[in-house]
Amino acid sequence: MIALLGKLRGKHDRAVLLIVFWLFLALLGPLCSSQDPGAIGSQPVFSSPSITHLLGTDYLGRDTFARLLNGIRHTVILCFASTLIACSVGTFLGIAAVTVRPWLEAVTGRLADGFLSIPSLLFALLVIAVFGTSTVALIITMGIIYAPGAYRTSRALAQRIVRLDFVTVARARGESTAYIVLQEILPNMAGPMIADVGLRFIYSVLLLSNLSFLGIGVQPPEVDLGSMVRENMLGMVYGSPAMIVPVAVIAVLTVGINLALDSSRGKG
Amino acid sequence: MVATIQVDNLEIVGRRGRGAELPIVRNVSFSVARGEMLALIGESGSGKTTVALSLLGHIRSGCRISGGTIRVAGYEVTALTAQERRSMRGRVISYVAQNAGSAFNPALAIMRQVVEPALVHHILPRRDLEARAIALFRALALPEPETIGERYPGELSGGQLQRLMAAMALMTDPEVVVFDEPTTALDVTTQIEVLAAFKSVLAERGVTGVYVTHDLSVVAQIADHAIVLKDGAVREAGTVSKILFQPQDLYSQALLAAAEPCSRQSEGVEAPEQQSVLDVRDLVVGYGRSTSAGLPEKVIVNHVSFSVPKGGMLGVIGESGCGKSTLARAISGLQPWSAGELLLNGVALSGNVTDRAPEQRRRLQLVAQNADSVLNPSKTIGNTLERAVRFYSGLRGEAAARRVSELLEMVQLSPALATRLPSELSGGQKQRINFARALAADPQIVLCDEITAALDTVVAAAILDLMKELQRDLGLAFIFITHDLHALQSICERVAVLYAGQVVEVGPAAALGEGFHHPYTRLLHDSVPLMEPGWLEETRLRRLAETMPATLPNPSSADAGLCCFLTRCPDRVAGLCDRIAPPVRSVVHGPRVLCHLPASIRPEFSS
Repeated sequence: MIALLGKLRGKHDRAVLLIVFWLFLALLGPLCSSQDPGAIGSQPVFSSPSITHLLGTDYLGRDTFARLLNGIRHTVILCFASTLIACSVGTFLGIAAVTVRPWLEAVTGRLADGFLSIPSLLFALLVIAVFGTSTVALIITMGIIYAPGAYRTSRALAQRIVRLDFVTVARARGESTAYIVLQEILPNMAGPMIADVGLRFIYSVLLLSNLSFLGIGVQPPEVDLGSMVRENMLGMVYGSPAMIVPVAVIAVLTVGINLALDSSRGKG
Repeated sequence: MVATIQVDNLEIVGRRGRGAELPIVRNVSFSVARGEMLALIGESGSGKTTVALSLLGHIRSGCRISGGTIRVAGYEVTALTAQERRSMRGRVISYVAQNAGSAFNPALAIMRQVVEPALVHHILPRRDLEARAIALFRALALPEPETIGERYPGELSGGQLQRLMAAMALMTDPEVVVFDEPTTALDVTTQIEVLAAFKSVLAERGVTGVYVTHDLSVVAQIADHAIVLKDGAVREAGTVSKILFQPQDLYSQALLAAAEPCSRQSEGVEAPEQQSVLDVRDLVVGYGRSTSAGLPEKVIVNHVSFSVPKGGMLGVIGESGCGKSTLARAISGLQPWSAGELLLNGVALSGNVTDRAPEQRRRLQLVAQNADSVLNPSKTIGNTLERAVRFYSGLRGEAAARRVSELLEMVQLSPALATRLPSELSGGQKQRINFARALAADPQIVLCDEITAALDTVVAAAILDLMKELQRDLGLAFIFITHDLHALQSICERVAVLYAGQVVEVGPAAALGEGFHHPYTRLLHDSVPLMEPGWLEETRLRRLAETMPATLPNPSSADAGLCCFLTRCPDRVAGLCDRIAPPVRSVVHGPRVLCHLPASIRPEFSS
């Protein structure tokens, strides 16, 4: 793996590879373990790692490794999906705000300010209290929560770019708005926007973990990294991997993706 | 006598990223005697600013002094510790930057910022410093010296800020002041005031100066000695008169030749057809809500009319803020107008580019101002040009690529440049690509907005040559918007002078120096510095001799339709100019002028 990373020439490729690695783990990871993540065995709770239980067992004596792979699946897929929604909606509105009509900027700008002023955890609690928790509800909620931030970033970037002379010239030539947005504006804001995606992804992983920790995120029998931490809090006293490993994975996932995306910016 | 500044064999190296160290300044030596002014001349990238800043002990990050010594007023600059350097800077030597507009903190009042360097060095208590600052404001001929310190940078003009910055630099009574292109960003009419103020204050205080510039006629006014730099090495050094009038070095000669106002007008070529390609009639452009009269709240372009003949070249000149760029935006359909009309080949054009027919858009092309932002940085030159070619002619693939090569050759660039990104090109090359993109449309008329403003003299001269060639070979008509009278006179047949949004004069460009003109045109023409030492004093004396008439009771009645130049006009007639709007007067074969004066002074003019 490291040898392969070394062979990749650009930092850009490494970022793509890291994302592919996590998606791969999310989609196929659960196949890597023969244990049933939900089965409560005869094992003692919070047991140490062994051949049958690679990372030991959790507070109900379930296999931690199998549950971890399942948890990664939920966390990664939910957060990728919500980041994708947040950033596409945000970027689209941000560019539209500066290219279409002044009133659109006024309306979307105030809306975004309104959303930004609500604490994200509170907003998520509210939505879930009304609509109940489900995977789709969580994805859409987190998408809505982080879209205003992406909107502000992309609007600020696009505002600077639309004033540049090459956009003026394209306008004077009579190019369509779609061409100006796709060909003249977007490529020149890709670098900072990618870094922003990394940031939004971290936020959504942390928010999802928080929600699950509070018990209103991913619901049993499904599991995600945040809910694993909550379930196995008692294990902290025993230094159990059931508690420590999910925490470590959250850290590695968020920091890794952010570093990779951050270093790939500026490279088209 | 020991020189105040003594630089010996200065070498500065720098590196880009992780590359090898490259020499930026090579073996530069010079000395400046007390009270003298040395000019560092060179184009961008010649290392002139690097040398000037090294006198303050400042080297940009990534660079370092690799050899030589710098001695300023008894201090060995290269051997100072960081603390000693701090105590020297601002006290012994100070710096006046190029762009005063961005050098002041917009959130603080002027006075606080002007006294700051002196406060840092604990020279005097604040109250005494403020008194000293007011004396300096007066010496620098700033308006209302007592109260100007209470104002904020945003309320003052560029020329005033530049003088305030000089005041800040002089607060500590330094022995040396470094000026880094302090008048480059100013209009000529302002530049002359600023230069005169600098010169008298420096002479009065016996300050030694270093003046960084690329403008040779400014050098002639202000410096005693000069050094010509190229690629970090001294090409020629000597007194100003020797360098300006008997340059020995080939490069100095080239610089002088480019600065020389020369005519590019081709003699004996048949006059351009009288049929006009573009007519601007009574155009009014502005911002804000429209008033009851149907005019916008803030009028930027005020009833402007002119026409451009087929294959002709019209220059539009005026100071910053006179509405030049707004006019360009309106003509290219990016800024709708409130009144008037625009005719292309006799057909009215819409104020909105999207409502114009493709054929109309093709015939009228815009070449925008800033070489650095005019090309999309993420597209190769080939892609940029190909898009324009495809957009207008529908050519694709092989044919489009051929056309791109053709266009590059037309602007005298190698077709191999097509694979490059804009960041890999020089300013002059980018401006040529900018032209090539406009030519892709096969236009009839090209609108050039300040295209030479950001370029070095030599490069700008080449661009002007290119324009003239294109005019001759392709029969293109041009509107050349500029604030540079020399450039305009060298290529344009006709000129329109814009002041406060009004065309105050339209006439043949060749006649600008002679005959009767609008007072503003005269001011503009007289303010362009000549390459003669002593020009500054002469002009100033002449200006002072022209006694300004007593201040008019209510000069701010521009909305009443009075003359827009009223408040600055040296020739205004009380009871006439401040009461009746000026008529348009014209002379046969001469300019058309918006002024009262000819009728009262010269009977040969008829209204």
